[in-house]
Order: sequence, then structure tokens, then C-alpha cells
Amino acid sequence: MTDQTLGRASGPSLKQRRQRAAFWFLAPMLIALFFVAAWPLLRTIWFSFTDATLSNLYDAEWIGFDNYLQTRELSSGRVVYRGTLVDPAWWNAVWNTVRFSFVSVFFETIFGLIVALVMNAEFKGRSLVRAAILIPWAIPTIVSAKMWSWMLNDQFGILNDILLNLGLISHRIAWTATPETAMTAVLIVDIWKTTPFMALLILAGLQMVPRDIYEAARIDGIHPVKVFFRVTLPLIKPAVMVAVIFRMLDALRIFDLVYVLTPNSAATKTMSVISRENMIDFDKFAYGAAQSTLLFAIIAVFVSLYIWLGRVDLGGERR
Amino acid sequence: MAKIELKNVTKSYGAVEVIKGIDLDIKKGEFMVFVGPSGCGKSTLLRLISGLEEITTGDMLFDDQRVNNLVPSDRGIAMVFQSYALYPHMKVYDNMAFGMKLAKQDKAAIDKRVRDAARMLQIEHLLDRLPRQLSGGQRQRVAIGRAIVRDPRVFLFDEPLSNLDAALRVATRLEIAKLHETMSDVTMIYVTHDQVEAMTLADRIAVLRDGRLEQLGTPAELYESPNSVFVAGFIGSPKMNFLKGKFAEDKGCATLGARPEHIDIVPEGTGDWSGEVVHAEDLGSDNYLFVEIGADEPLIVRQPGKLAIPQGSKVSLQPQPQHLHRFGADDRPLR
Repeated sequence: MTDQTLGRASGPSLKQRRQRAAFWFLAPMLIALFFVAAWPLLRTIWFSFTDATLSNLYDAEWIGFDNYLQTRELSSGRVVYRGTLVDPAWWNAVWNTVRFSFVSVFFETIFGLIVALVMNAEFKGRSLVRAAILIPWAIPTIVSAKMWSWMLNDQFGILNDILLNLGLISHRIAWTATPETAMTAVLIVDIWKTTPFMALLILAGLQMVPRDIYEAARIDGIHPVKVFFRVTLPLIKPAVMVAVIFRMLDALRIFDLVYVLTPNSAATKTMSVISRENMIDFDKFAYGAAQSTLLFAIIAVFVSLYIWLGRVDLGGERR
Repeated sequence: MAKIELKNVTKSYGAVEVIKGIDLDIKKGEFMVFVGPSGCGKSTLLRLISGLEEITTGDMLFDDQRVNNLVPSDRGIAMVFQSYALYPHMKVYDNMAFGMKLAKQDKAAIDKRVRDAARMLQIEHLLDRLPRQLSGGQRQRVAIGRAIVRDPRVFLFDEPLSNLDAALRVATRLEIAKLHETMSDVTMIYVTHDQVEAMTLADRIAVLRDGRLEQLGTPAELYESPNSVFVAGFIGSPKMNFLKGKFAEDKGCATLGARPEHIDIVPEGTGDWSGEVVHAEDLGSDNYLFVEIGADEPLIVRQPGKLAIPQGSKVSLQPQPQHLHRFGADDRPLR
């Protein structure tokens, strides 16, 4: 037998066989991802270039960038701009979303870090506390939003009652209805709800830090605060970065909490809320699709910027 | 540089007492080894000396100064951990300089100390690397270097060689011995479960058992006159043979101990014991014969050099009488 026939008899090489097996294992997920992620995304982008309405989805015609920006010269010679890129309601929503995302993720990270540090310490009943702390996160958003909206209620809310009794406020505040406090209300509920998630992700990072280096630091006589900033924080940075990305992605597309807690308030309306409003309530499906597409682009920009700035190692190659 | 005294030191975790009253004087510049089986409290004792754990009762003195309530960094100690405990995100240089840097010491002084230590341990070429880029042996040397930089009165080693492979263990052991020679006025305390490390490094060995000091002495003392069956069995490799029943009664004791190297093969019929060779190990320099003489376990006999005694042959054995260890029913030696 020659080498050639031997090669043919053994069929594809081991490497080829492993690659083929890997492909077949991945195939179901790729197919599922195509149908639940890629296809809706591509459809949305396509709709954003048409004049589709809810009642007329399939006969929509291609109108190019008109949903984004459209210029028309009037007979008087004045140029009029239209489209979502010059829509103040849209830019208000963008500002609301970005403000909400930064403030909420900032506080969630700080509180999450504190909670994680506490849960990482040894104390009696730690496992009970670890389970209990997850409750806000486990409650469905709709339920917690309703729950909070009652607590924040101007007439019957417990929050106003407490603050009044403590003498911190002089009159009842309509937290969710007043434009000045609506965003604060949404932020409070969101931070309350997602701090546990943040804490859990950071805790996972903390538990990877070997205990003995803390003993080495004690022998070196390093102040605990300095140990935190010089040892703990650099070591859990990758975990924190990943947690922040997750939360950022989540926060930039916030919908349910705002929709339930402060419906129709311009002070809190986010990108997701406004695009749904256009698509469904105002029957401007294509216009809403254009806003959804922009939402996708903005999230993509934020995340790439963050990954690039933080040099986050999502692939885990450096470890 | 420090003499260390432990006075009736105990340590309890809740209701569990792990150190049950230890009195111990460690001389200035001495190399003291704590040895014992796992769970005997040797690591806890080291951690009590380091200050990482608090003493429950008793007193600890460094140079006649009570240190019970001093934090580790104020005791003038440095510690080398079994797992190295290097800061993973810092380069070797920063690992070694970290403590001094945060103590706001002069930059040039820090640099000199770090480089001197690195030169001593031949790790100068590694100063720019991260711990994960080093081998186990290199990491342990960095850990030792970090300890040297602290310029301690007392050097503590917590099983520093346990994570290294056999060849590196021997090499690093030698370096630690050399370190003790160069830093001859620094007191060193070394914890190990390996009696070979204890025998080769120690000025004195403290054998611990169940949170108590079983015996304290030089390696030779422990080898020649162990004051219990436990110490006799723990020190020496291969382990001492223990014979009970009629073998012991013949010599007038409850347990008779004979080290494998102290048993001679004698012409047929002239020895005290005889039996069949059931197993033989040829280590090149030595031969270990396992001889079934009717005791609970086969007797191990160590014979130097090449010895062609095939398995299954009958041999006659004679222990060297001056090296026999006789123990009473209380496991203590009969003198």
C-alpha cells in the first residue's frame, strides 16, 4: 500500500473531522440566532427605508433615507427638514436614555461593588443573605414597577408618608407624574432592581481573587483601603468591565420599567419607548423602525467605544 | 535578629482547640523547623507567630517584647507562602517593592533593596515579568525575594516547597539553606510535613502532634533518641520498623524500634530474626528489602550498594544492638 492510498482510506484528517463536528454542534444555535436576532434586525433595517405602516406592512415601498432625514424646498425657497434625525422628540428620548443609562449603571456599579464586598466577607447567615439579595432582581419588572408606583403614589404612597413624617418634605410629591422627579423615580427603581445582578457578577470576580495575597498584603502592612484600590480593584476589573457592558446594553434599551412606571412622560421617554410609540400607537411603522435602527447603532457605538477604551478582554485570552 | 518565646500559647476556633498550650524558645538566628503530619497545628502555630491569627491564651515575646496584640507588619516578620501569594497584576519588581512603596520610602533606597535581593536570588532578569510568566520555582524565588526586601527580624516559611516538583524542591531547599548562611542573624521558622526538609535545613526541629509539642531537638537528637514512638516513626526515611509481641518481649519492651539502616544481613542461622524476602526495591545507591519475619508488617532492611538477593530467598537478620529503640507500653522510650 502506498502512502496515497493510506491517506485516502483514512478519509478526512482529524482536524477536519473536529471542525466538522464543531460546525454541527454550533448549527442549531446559529439557526436559532438567525431567526431570533439576525432576521428581525435585518427586517427592521429594511423597514426603516420604506413607507410601511402597520396596516400596510407587505406592500411597503422603498423611500430611501426619508425616514431619517428628508429635505424639501418650498416654493418660497425655504428648505424644510423632516425625519427622525431632526425630530426633537427623538433627541429628547436619546438624551433621556443616555442620561438614564450612565446614572443608573454608575450607581449600580458602586452599590453592586459594595454589596459584593460585603457578601464576599465571612459572616453568619451569608448564604441566606446571598439568596435574599437576589429577590429584587428575580421579581418581574412589570410587578416591581407596579409595586413601586404604589409606593411612590402621591396620595397613598408609603414613601411620601415616611418623608412627611420625618419632616423631610413639606407636601406630598407626585414622584412619577412630576417631570422634575419622574426620572429620579425611574432611576431609584432601576438601581434597586439591578444592583443585585451587578453584585452577583462582581462577587464572581471577587471569588477568583486568591485569599493569600490579602495575607501577603497584611504582612506588607498595607492599609485595607489601599489594598482595595491597588490589589482588589485591578484584579476584579475584568469582571466589573463585563458587568458594566451587560448593564449598559440593558439600560440603553430600557423599556418596560419606563412604560409602566411613567407612561407618556416626556421626561423619561426613552428610545425604545418612543420607537414603539411611533410603530404601534401612531401607525408610523417605518419611522419607528428607523428609530430602532438608530437605537441599535447607538448601542453598538457605545459598546465598541467602551471595549476599546477599557481594553476589555471578552475572549479571555489574556488570563 | 530576634529571639522568640512562646509561653503556654493556645489557639481555639470556637470550641475546637487546635493549639493546646505550647512553650517554645527560639534562639536568635536559629533555623527552626516545625514538622508534623497534616492537622497537627504547625501551620496554625506559624500563623500565630506571624500575627495573621490571634493567640487565644498565652504570651508571645519577640526580644522580650510582648507582641500578642501587634499586627503582622509591626512584628518585623516576612513570610513566604506555599502558594507564593504574589500579586498577579504586578510585575516582579513591583511585587517586591509594593510594601516599601506604599510605606512612602525613598525611591532610590527601594530600588537598591529590590535589586540587591534580586541579585542574591539570581532573578534580576525576571524583574519586568508578571508572575504568570514565571515557572513555579521562579515564583517561589520572587516570593522569597519579596520577603528579603522587607529586611525582617524573623523569616517565616509556610511549606514553601510543596508546590514544586522533586528536582526543584532539592534546588530550592539548597538556596534556602544558603540564604540562612548569608542572613545568619535572621531567625527563620519553617513549616513542613516533609521530614527530609526538616532534617536537612533545621538547626532544631519541633515535632508537633495534635496541637502539642511532641519533641524539640536537633535533627541528630531526634534521629538518635526520639522520645516517643510517634517521633521515631516520623523522623527517618524509610520509616523505622516497629515490632510488637514476642519480638519486643525478647528485648524486654512493649514496642521495639529498629531503623532499616541498622539491621544487618548475617549468615544463615546466626541472626535474631529470619524470614523470606517478599519484595525488593533497588534505588541504585541502596537496596530496600522487605522481609517477612512473622511480625505485623514486613521488616524493611536497607542495605547500601548493589546486593543481589532475589525475591523469595531466606535471609537471617541481626539488628545492631546499640541502635535499637525500646519503648514501653506508654510509647515512651525505656532508658
